[in-house]
Formats: sequence, structure tokens, C-alpha cells
Amino acid sequence: MNAGEVKHPGLNLGSTDTDTHEQAEGDVFGFWVFLMSDAVIFALLFAVYGTMLAATAGGPTPADAYKLGPTFAETLTLLTSSLTFGMASIAVKYEASGSVLFGWLAITLALGLAFLGLELHDFATMIGEGAYPARSGFLSSFFALVPLHGLHVLAGCLWLVVMIVQLSTFGLDARVKINLLRLGLFWHFLDIVWIAIFSIVYLQGLIR
Amino acid sequence: MMDGIWPAVLGRFTWSALPFVRAWQNPTINEIIGAGAAMMVIVGAASVIALITIKGRWRYLWREWLTSLDHKKIGIMYVVLAFVMLSRALVEAVLMRMQQAAAVNAPGFVEPDHFAQLFSTHGSIMIFFMAMPFLTGIINYVMPLQIGARDVSFPLLNSISLWLTGGAAGLIMVSLVIGRFSTGGWSGYPPYTELAFSPDVGPDYWIWAVTLGSIASTLSGLNFAVTIYKERCPGMTFMRMPLFVWTALCTSILMIFAMPPLTVATALLALDRYVGFHFFTNDLGGNMMNYANLFWLFGHPEVYILILPAFGVYSEVVSTFSSKELYGYTSLVWATMTIAVLSFTVWVHHFFTMGQSANLNAVFGIATMTIGVPTGVKIYDWIWTMFRGEVRFTVPMLYSLAFMMTFVLGGFTGILLAFPPLDYLVHNTLFLIAHFHNMLIPGLLYGMLAATHYWFPKAFGFRLNEKWGRIAFGCWVVGFYLAFMPLYVLGAGGAARRSQAFFEPAFRPWLYVAGVGALILASGLASLFVQLWVSMRDRDANRVFVGDPWDGRGLEWSTSAPPPEYNYANLPVVAGRDPFFDGKRKGDPYGAPEDYHDIDMPRNSMVGPVSGTVGAMLGFGLVWHIWWLSILCLVTLIGTVIARSFVRDVQRVIPAADIARIEQRWHDAIAQARAIPRERETMTVNEGLAEVTV
Ligand SMILES: [Cu+2]
Repeated sequence: MNAGEVKHPGLNLGSTDTDTHEQAEGDVFGFWVFLMSDAVIFALLFAVYGTMLAATAGGPTPADAYKLGPTFAETLTLLTSSLTFGMASIAVKYEASGSVLFGWLAITLALGLAFLGLELHDFATMIGEGAYPARSGFLSSFFALVPLHGLHVLAGCLWLVVMIVQLSTFGLDARVKINLLRLGLFWHFLDIVWIAIFSIVYLQGLIR
Repeated sequence: MMDGIWPAVLGRFTWSALPFVRAWQNPTINEIIGAGAAMMVIVGAASVIALITIKGRWRYLWREWLTSLDHKKIGIMYVVLAFVMLSRALVEAVLMRMQQAAAVNAPGFVEPDHFAQLFSTHGSIMIFFMAMPFLTGIINYVMPLQIGARDVSFPLLNSISLWLTGGAAGLIMVSLVIGRFSTGGWSGYPPYTELAFSPDVGPDYWIWAVTLGSIASTLSGLNFAVTIYKERCPGMTFMRMPLFVWTALCTSILMIFAMPPLTVATALLALDRYVGFHFFTNDLGGNMMNYANLFWLFGHPEVYILILPAFGVYSEVVSTFSSKELYGYTSLVWATMTIAVLSFTVWVHHFFTMGQSANLNAVFGIATMTIGVPTGVKIYDWIWTMFRGEVRFTVPMLYSLAFMMTFVLGGFTGILLAFPPLDYLVHNTLFLIAHFHNMLIPGLLYGMLAATHYWFPKAFGFRLNEKWGRIAFGCWVVGFYLAFMPLYVLGAGGAARRSQAFFEPAFRPWLYVAGVGALILASGLASLFVQLWVSMRDRDANRVFVGDPWDGRGLEWSTSAPPPEYNYANLPVVAGRDPFFDGKRKGDPYGAPEDYHDIDMPRNSMVGPVSGTVGAMLGFGLVWHIWWLSILCLVTLIGTVIARSFVRDVQRVIPAADIARIEQRWHDAIAQARAIPRERETMTVNEGLAEVTV
């Protein structure tokens, strides 16, 4: 069998030459390492949040500040966007037509933006009810952790826009594919972080 | 009159932020020292710029160095940065010692606030902008050559890391000229560095310089680790890697995991200072112990980020200059990994006295002491490597020996400090200062100086002057003992660290000795510069183009000196731990390949210089609350990254014909060179071809 026809089991590049696969292995591994480093940042912010749960300084408590309904909607939106990104990855690997790939990326982008909109609305409600970051150590730690995830999603959305533009400029060349691989890792990583936020920040906050 | 406009344009800048203005208004010795230092920065920068302009070298500098993505050139630029910053921080150290010697029951000449800036910049610079660039530079230069690679995995990222580090260092230099630096020490402890206690720009300079530097180090660590995992040449299995590569790998992993806590600590402090969050404030639920934990979760592994590469250097140097295989390779590898893991388990020893339970202190005390075990293993391995070897006392070897003696002493005092009850007695005294200088000067600086002497001929094609190297070595060693042994005595006697003045007359003689030691250390640095000048003057007599001046063992000695841009015309194939040495013993180590191929190398890129400069300007804008500048810089940074992702033409081909020409010239030189026996390696007959004896 021609080496060029082989589909790499771990990389969603589709069939391509061995050189590109080798290049992608290094690039993707590097991005994994970056994500591990980024995960340390989130882990530390979770730890800080844990130590500051009780530091409400007489201000709003977790039970006062959090609303489970909107947060659950955010969770569903973000999880769905991971599914649609997965569909985009499959479209790359099995060389679906360009418009299918465009479609999945656009839906992912729309869901990402919707998530951001919901989250911003949430923050605005909290601040309107007196739960603003400078109020207490507890709220400071909340507003460092959760919006940092939001900033990551914003960066992911910007990256999606760039990739959509690059797709229309260059088509699916090797670098676009490798960048889509990395963006995919990033997007799913944000999902995992959000699941931690939903369970450790919101659910735990309401249980107490 | 223009009240509305100037704050929007210049933020919180006022004319009294300039030290010249302050010295004019209030001409005390203290202010004049400040203005003088600022003058030195300006004159230094201006004369460098003028010199380059007069010689017409801007284009050359830009094309060959500043925009280069070659790991070798990036490594050299890192080391240059380290020496510049070392010079400044050493001058500050001397100034502090002179002040203390003059200030026993007297005011001295440096005021307390200025003194606080001195120890804050001294510490911050030595750790973040001397030590880190130095070891990053050496790893950058040596590691890819040692593993038989063309370059690091991400050459552009490498350049970005260099320039972010440079920009951060620049920010600290700017703080000498515009405004002032933090007075919160190198660890920047809140709540002292909070707005309530330090409302000026000092802590902000510290925050942004350190943040830029820590991001750059994280990226370097990532780059090195991926390079070592992915770019090793055929046959270079993990257990065949030179020990320096092992230490580089463990250091990189530490960087990946230990730099983020620092970034988090500085970022949260910035949130407190800029937008009124309450992480570390005294009121509204703030908790400064979170800072202590975050900072030392970085700070302790950082010690091993600094020391491990030096361990790697000593392993290479001791083996080469003993003409023996490294003794106990496997145990050295395991010891390195053990140290890397243990380094994450001991951070609480930095605040034994801050009120946690005795049980917790006991656990962390014991964990701290266990680090002595793998370190001891290493010392024994180096001693056994020398045992019955043909030891040559060259400059790198001298540094290695001085390290072994001195480091063990520092280790003993470390064990003392690891006992929480003893730590209660001497914490925050000069005893601690003596201990960590006792670890870091032999454990980092000697190692990096040994590395520069050892690999300099590889990088530049000529050897460094041996006589001046020995003079510098003498100054560093004698100066170290005179400067720091008295601090043990002073610390045991209760002399607090970071003191601008003392009231105990019995301290005076010890402070004098320490002051003399500091001056000798400064002469050590001066001797290194003299050595560089003398060596450059005599470079033609000391050329080692063939590339193997020390009868080396690893792959890096199997190329010409300096190596070609592409490192290896054909990637080497390795079958053992000392491949080049084995090759020399078995026959023809330089065998010319039958044919050459085109090689793809990365094109130069201005993304690095742009991101470093804009990053530093972003920091400057944030320090002075110049919001338009900060936003502009942020947008430029993001825009640069996006624009770069659209560039497709990033590779340059070196044609096979060019490679054949370069390699042929080198092989001709090998054929003409005379092989020299090891005892003549420091003489001018050394052309870089070692005589092979069995
Ligand atoms: Cu420590």
C-alpha cells in the first residue's frame, strides 16, 4: 500500500504524505504540552477558589450569587459546540466537501459566541445584584477563574474566524489542517475545564 | 491648563519620575547615585546604538542576528543578555555591601527606600534575567547539537521567547531611568506590594517584567522538551543521551509546570492592584498565604531549574577532562529525575515560621532533607569519574572542582535550615542569604561559566585565553568565600537580611570582609571581560576550526567550530553513549558522506523582535496607566500572531552544492590539521584535532 494513502490513527489529517504526518506529530505534541501548562494555571485558580469559598466578608455567598438554570444552559451550549467541532474534524479526515467543513466550523463559532453571550449576561446579573469582584475575596476568586475560561473561549472564537478565513484563502493545505487539529484540542480542553467549573464552582457552591 | 489631556496621554507620569529631576531638586548622594545609574543606562544604550550606526552594522545585525531563528545564534544572544544583566546586578550587590559596611551606627550613603530597590532589582535580575537567560542560552546552543538535530522543534517560538525575555529585562532597565522599582524584594510579597502600602509604580514594574519573563520561560521549556522528545537523531535513545540533555529535559519539564504558578501569582497581584480584587489584601477576605503558596510552588522548583543544567555541564566537563566515561550514568539520570520530582514537594520550607502546624513543618522539613540523597549520589559519581582518570586542570574543570567543594558546604547549611526549629532561629537573617548564594553561585554561575569556557571554542571557532580564565576563576572563588562566609556568622548573630543599616558594632569586621569579597567578585567579572577582549585579539592563533579542541565525547564535537547553520550535513546515527569518542577510537569519525542533499531551514522572521518590543511597551503602558498605549500594543501583538499564521513561505532551501562546498572546506582543514596530545590542548598548536590514544 502506498504510504501516502495511510490515514494516521491519532491525527485527523486525512490521507497525506508521511512528512506532513511527522510534522503534525511534533506540532500536536507541542500543543498538548502547552495545554498541560495551561491546565496548571486553571488547577491553581481552582485551588485558590477552594480556599476562598468562605471569604465572603459579609457579602453575597455562593448560594446568593449563583443561578443554576442559566449556567446549565451555558453548559449545554458549550458541550454541543464540542460535538460540532468533532464533526468538523471528521469532515477533515474523510475529506468531506468544503462547504460541509465550513458549515460545522460556522456552527461551532455560533455556539461559542452564544456561550459567551449567556455568560456575559450571567456576570451582568451577578454584578447587578451586588456580587462584583471587588466585594470580597470569594468573589475575586470567582471572577478570576470563570472569566479566564471565557477569555479562552473568546480566543478560540477568534481562532475559528482566522481558520475560516484561511480555509477560503488557502483551502485545506497541510498547515490549515494542522492548525485545525490544534484548535480542536484547544476547544475540547475548554470543554473539560468548563465541566470542572460547573461541578466545582457552581454545583459545590450551591450545595454548601 | 492641559490637565485633561496629559493624564490621558502620559498616564500617571510626572517629571519627578525622572531621577535627574529628583537629583536636581534634592542633590544628596543617594539621589546622585540614582541619577548616575540612569545616566549609565542611557549612555550605555546610546553608545551601543552609536557604535553600530558608525560601523554601519544595522543591516548585518538585523539579518544575521536579531531576526535569526537559528538556535545557535539565539543561544548566544541569551548569553549576551545574561552577561549584561549580571554586570548590573553585581554592581548593585557591591553597592549594597559598601552601604552596609559604612552603615554600622551611621546612616551610610544609600537611603532605605533606595536600598530596598537595590535588593529587589538585584534578586529579580539575578534570578530572572541573569540565571534564566544564561541557562536557556546554553541549552539552546548545546542541546540540539548534542542530540543530532537541525534545530529546536519550534524555531520561531524560540525567537519569541528570547525577545520576550529581552523586553522584560529592558523594562527593568527602564525602571532605572523612568520612575522607580519595587521595594518588595525579588519575591514581591503582598500585602506589602498591594496598593495600600506601595501605591507607586515600583511593584508594577516588577509584576510586568516578571510576568513577561515567566511566559517566555514557559515557552522555552515547552520548546526544549518537545525538541528532546521528537528531534533526537536515529539511535539516540533516552539512555544514550548526554547527561546535559537529561538535565535540560528535566529543567524544561520543571519550567512547563513551575512557571505557571508564578504567572498566576503575579497576575492575581495585578488584579488586586489594577482593578481592586481582594486576593492578597488585608481586608475583605484577602489572604496573603495564597500568594506565599503560589509563589513558592514556583520558587522552589525554580532553584532546580537553575541548578540542574549546571549539573549537566559538570557531568560533561568532568568526563571530558578526566578522559573517562561518566561514572554511574544511570544513577545520574535517576538522581536528576528524582530531584526534579522532589523539587515540587518542599515549597513550604520557605515559610516554616508563618504559623502552620508543627506536623506540616515536620513533613516538609523531612522532604527537604531527602533532596540531599540524589545530590550526594551525583557528587560521588563525579568523584568516581575523576578517580584514576587523566585529569586535566583546565578552567572548566577548575570551576567543577570548586563547585563540588563549595556546594557540599551549602548543602550542609541547607540541612540546618530544613530543621524547622533551627529555621525559626535564623529565618530572615543573613544566614539564609549566605545559604542560597552558597548554592546558586557554585550551582549556577560556576556551571554556566564552565559551560562558556567549555563550549566557547565550538561556538566561535577559537579558544578563550587560559591565563585570564584562571585569574577570573581565582577571583570568583576567593571572592565568594570572603563575601559569603561572613554572612553565616552575621546571620547566626542575628543580622537581619535586607537591612540598610546595623546597630551592632561587633558586625563591623565581618561586614568589611564581606565588602572586600564583593569587590573581588566584581574583579572576577571584570577579568572575564578582559579575557574576552584578549581572546578576541589573539583569535587567529587559537582557532580550532576542526572542532574538537578537548578530545570531546559527544556529537557536538563532531562538527566544525563554529558549526554550519544546518548543524549536520547528514543527520548522525548513534550507537552508544559517547558516539564521537567511540568513532575516534574505531577509525574515521569525520567520514565524508557520499552525497549531500538540499536542506530546508526556517527563514528569518521579525515576529520575535516585534513581539518582544511590543510586549515591553505593553508592560510600560500598564506600569504608567497609559491605556491607549496598552491597548494599541495588545492589538498589535494579537495582530502579529494572526498575520504570521497567514505567511506560507517560511522555509529557505540550502542547496546541496553549497553544503558540499562548506563541508569540503572543513574536510580539507581536517586533513591539514596536526593532531595534538591532550597535554598540549591549551596551547596554540591546538587546531581542534585530538590525537587518538586508547
Ligand atoms: Cu526551597
